[in-house]
Amino acid sequence: MPRIVHKHPLAIRWFHWINFPILFVMIWSGLLIYWAYDPYKIQVGNTVLLQFFPDSFYKALGVPFQLAKGQSWHFVFQWLFILNGLLYIGYTFISGEWRLLLPNRHSFREAWLVVLHDLHIRKTAPPQTKYNAAQRIAYSAIMVMGVGSALTGYAIYKPTQLNWLTWLMGGYETARVLHFALTIGYVLFFGIHIFQVILAGWHNFQSMITGFEKKDDLTETQTPA
Amino acid sequence: MTLLKHKPLREELTSDQQLRRTTLKAMLGFGVASLVPFGIWQWVKSQPQVNGIPAPLRTLLNTNEKIANVYFSPTHLAPTYPANRAANPPRTNGMDGLHTPVVQDGYQLTIEQPGRKPMTVSIDDLKKLPKHDLIFDFKCVEGWSQIQHWGGVKFADFVAKYGLGTRSGNAPSANNLDDFYKYVGMETPDGGYYVGLDMPSALHPQTMLAFEMNGNPITPAHGAPIRLIIPVKYGVKNLKRIGTIRFADERPRDFWAERGYDYHVGL
Repeated sequence: MPRIVHKHPLAIRWFHWINFPILFVMIWSGLLIYWAYDPYKIQVGNTVLLQFFPDSFYKALGVPFQLAKGQSWHFVFQWLFILNGLLYIGYTFISGEWRLLLPNRHSFREAWLVVLHDLHIRKTAPPQTKYNAAQRIAYSAIMVMGVGSALTGYAIYKPTQLNWLTWLMGGYETARVLHFALTIGYVLFFGIHIFQVILAGWHNFQSMITGFEKKDDLTETQTPA
Repeated sequence: MTLLKHKPLREELTSDQQLRRTTLKAMLGFGVASLVPFGIWQWVKSQPQVNGIPAPLRTLLNTNEKIANVYFSPTHLAPTYPANRAANPPRTNGMDGLHTPVVQDGYQLTIEQPGRKPMTVSIDDLKKLPKHDLIFDFKCVEGWSQIQHWGGVKFADFVAKYGLGTRSGNAPSANNLDDFYKYVGMETPDGGYYVGLDMPSALHPQTMLAFEMNGNPITPAHGAPIRLIIPVKYGVKNLKRIGTIRFADERPRDFWAERGYDYHVGL
């Protein structure tokens, strides 16, 4: 007899999927803006390990000479990103979902065990509720990063009128670096997220759409993404 | 599976059937909903262009300007720095409007106001106003910024001295800001570059007509003999080699706003 596990409330599912195209537009338009002044790289001594970004990367994606276009999309869709983010955060805390999301005092130790389990180094994963310890940390971090993107974004958007915010974010240039680094963070998160979702299987993915997951028996061995 | 001739009543569905039905409905809904962002994308792109970007984006950028004006205040200042941190020479990034040689001797600004005769002001007269130095972080729309040192007279002092920018023609007064025209436009003498500014930004205490950089006269590449420095805007509004200053209630034309950029670009 299959068992139904209610997993994601409707509101969370909406916020999640609405965020997907909005964040896509923000990252794409952000790239068009970044191209116009792209000095960031990771360097050790005189060796450049990673250049953000090589010309071939820009060319392949058709990025060059679209600063104005990038800004127009970015400065319009920022509102949707902020609005959806505020609704998500507001809902999470008002509904009590935060209890299942925020890391607790065990999470940081357990997250390590989850990673070892995912890498097939450990046989068992620590017991969990809706999210495992690694998920709690990752998803909470994403929430904080979203707030960070909005704040650093505003710090570089209105550095004179909101100069207190720019100062708080470490100054104009630092805020721009942070704003960029957070975006790289989303891209890395996205990669791992997709990988984990594929590993966790169809039923787990489906639950982000239907809200529930069908479990065929009572064993609880999966680590959903 | 729902095409059965004798559709069973809901109560008669097995739990498995119910589950399948709910799942199918949700997945279909998801599939249809996922077309919506794509539709919005296509719709925005298909709209007529207004100065280089789709009309809906242009409209919303203008809305952003209204939102920014809610918290705009002349008391919010760009941070300033000690003079030794200023770049020397400052960076140049564009020569539009500067392609003809400039004759600095006897250079005059032309002032135009609706319904009134144009007037001229010489640089020598302008320099009789109190001189200020401003060392601030100049910000380019491209994303770079640089601490630069400019010297000149406040635009607010300039309009006050010559009684400019008011519809009544009376001397401008801080108590009667509604009397000001909504905009001021500036152009290079050859008309090759031009900017439009909202009046509150133009009257901001850090907005200046500059004739010095790093304590020396401005060089031609930086806009000699007189240029605009306006820290509440991106560099694109900091017009070099001012030829004409024009007051108006309609938005003056703006070089980069005609090429897809936001008109306001307020910082």
